[in-house]
Amino acid sequence: MTETYSAKDEVGQVRQRRSRWDRIWTELKKAPITAWFGMIVIAIYVIVAVFAPFIAPYGEAEVHPLPFAPWSPEHLFGTDQIGRDVFSRLIYGARNTIGIAFLTTILAFLIGGGLGLVAAINQSWLDQILSRAVDVLMAIPALIFALMLLSIFGSSVWSLVVIIALLDSTRVFRLTRAVAMNVVVMDFVEAARLRGEGLGWVMRREILPNILPPLVAEFGLRFCFVFLTIAALSFLGVGIQPPTADWGSMVRQNASLIQFAQYDLKAGLTPILPAAAIALLTIAVNFVVDWFLIKTSGLRDEV
Amino acid sequence: MHPILTTVLQRLAMGVITLFFVSLIIFSAVEFLPGDFTEAILGQSATDETVAAFRAELGLDKPAYLRYIDWIGAVMQGDLGQSFSGRSASGVDRSRAVADLIGPRLHNTLFLALMTALVAVPLALFLGITTALWRGSFYDRSVNAVTLTTISMPEFLVAYLLILLLVSLNPVFPSLANIDADTPFWERVYKSALPALTLLLVIVAHMMRMTRAAIINLLASPYIEMARLKGLSPATVILRHALPNAWAPIANVVAFNLAYLVVGVVVVEVVFVYPGIGQLMVDSVSARDIPVVQACALIFAGTYILLNLIADIVSIVTNPRLLHPR
Repeated sequence: MTETYSAKDEVGQVRQRRSRWDRIWTELKKAPITAWFGMIVIAIYVIVAVFAPFIAPYGEAEVHPLPFAPWSPEHLFGTDQIGRDVFSRLIYGARNTIGIAFLTTILAFLIGGGLGLVAAINQSWLDQILSRAVDVLMAIPALIFALMLLSIFGSSVWSLVVIIALLDSTRVFRLTRAVAMNVVVMDFVEAARLRGEGLGWVMRREILPNILPPLVAEFGLRFCFVFLTIAALSFLGVGIQPPTADWGSMVRQNASLIQFAQYDLKAGLTPILPAAAIALLTIAVNFVVDWFLIKTSGLRDEV
Repeated sequence: MHPILTTVLQRLAMGVITLFFVSLIIFSAVEFLPGDFTEAILGQSATDETVAAFRAELGLDKPAYLRYIDWIGAVMQGDLGQSFSGRSASGVDRSRAVADLIGPRLHNTLFLALMTALVAVPLALFLGITTALWRGSFYDRSVNAVTLTTISMPEFLVAYLLILLLVSLNPVFPSLANIDADTPFWERVYKSALPALTLLLVIVAHMMRMTRAAIINLLASPYIEMARLKGLSPATVILRHALPNAWAPIANVVAFNLAYLVVGVVVVEVVFVYPGIGQLMVDSVSARDIPVVQACALIFAGTYILLNLIADIVSIVTNPRLLHPR
């Protein structure tokens, strides 16, 4: 027992804090099972989307001799109306559908979030004009508006992305403006402006960090909404165009198979698969967002 | 003037202004058409005279504001213009009036929407109120789980699952809703049953959840607790104290979801090949038949604005604070 106890070491370690990853991990360990389920599903979708060419057994537009082939070891979920492998197209569909929806959501947040912050800080005629314009745009149902704009600009991926991003940015604008309003009146924002910081600094360094949690939650919900809108438009035949694989149009193309369900149940299920893939991702994102909202704002279902 | 009347008039004026701007946006759709669209409509071989005649018919030689006044004036009189389809490069014009295309289809869509709403609204209100009253019970939790699942599904998944179950595996309903003007009433109901059921599942889920949240919110307020503590019977608490304040949120919920019905109807009509205005709009978007798209968008947006307006007015008119001003 030569070692003598000294409190010095322990006192010295008190200042050492948990790293950011440690803190995230302790939060995650407390997450409910639904949130875990959601996160695992999202992770699988992301992996499939990123590594699509390595996972898919066949190419995206590779045509096989037999159209509408039944489920078999060669073609796990059969082939579609011109003989493309459904399983491979489902995998490529993850990449296209999720990728386009993600890009659209980011664009919607850049436009809507940026303008919303500007409107909240600069409460002048600019705020009035932007808010009234958003009111009018939101008076038209989004899907109807999107259909009208697509008929004018034609259905290409880029017009799809820009149109839906613009329509959804109105919702982001409303939320950002509303939550930023509460922060703009704080003393520290006043202090920053008095010491002569520019608009960009106030937006990024003073307000944005304080409104981040509701915006992140909104990002998840907005992504779901954009994802469903793009799927619906593709399903209607005016969204993502063939031969690009996409879940919405895959449902439509294989829809006729459903009549054969009483003879071959698996064939009848083929058009349901892409639709179910859409639903599963939506549910997963919703679960994670719910957990995140409870975590960050103490918001919960009143019991 | 009575405060309610002022508020209602203000809201009506707002609605008219919104409608004006929306019509302006829809009208300006033609302005953004690319320059070569006459070729796309009339074909590559269109002669210069045909193109010039077509442009003159669209009034592209007149300034935009005059065209807007002409257009909105004609729309007010029920004249929605001529469809782009059916025109040929030689200048022979077999196009049809948009109003003739839309008329019967609008009737079909209204039939479907009305049929759905008549079942959906009472059912959703019943489910919403009962789940709010027996919050946390097994009944509440199971209804919640089912509605959460239907909400997360795209409409076409619900539709195809219903087709799979009720048409392919157990042939109960027809999968195609091929109705026309001469279809007898009950056959029409039978053939529209599946599209209506799809819309019902989606709408009821939304409406029930929003009603439940509104009622729970209300039941948590101090004056309800006061009424309970006074020893009033549960029925009196609900009917005399809760309901007068619940009309506004309930009207909002109903109108919001009927407006949602307007959008949902597009996808469902396409799935079931139901000859409604939603399907017409989608077909016209693919064919880039702008006048038909404009007319459909105007009808959809108009219905949407009108429903929201009615909800607002109902919540103003039933607001106890405005009804009994101090």
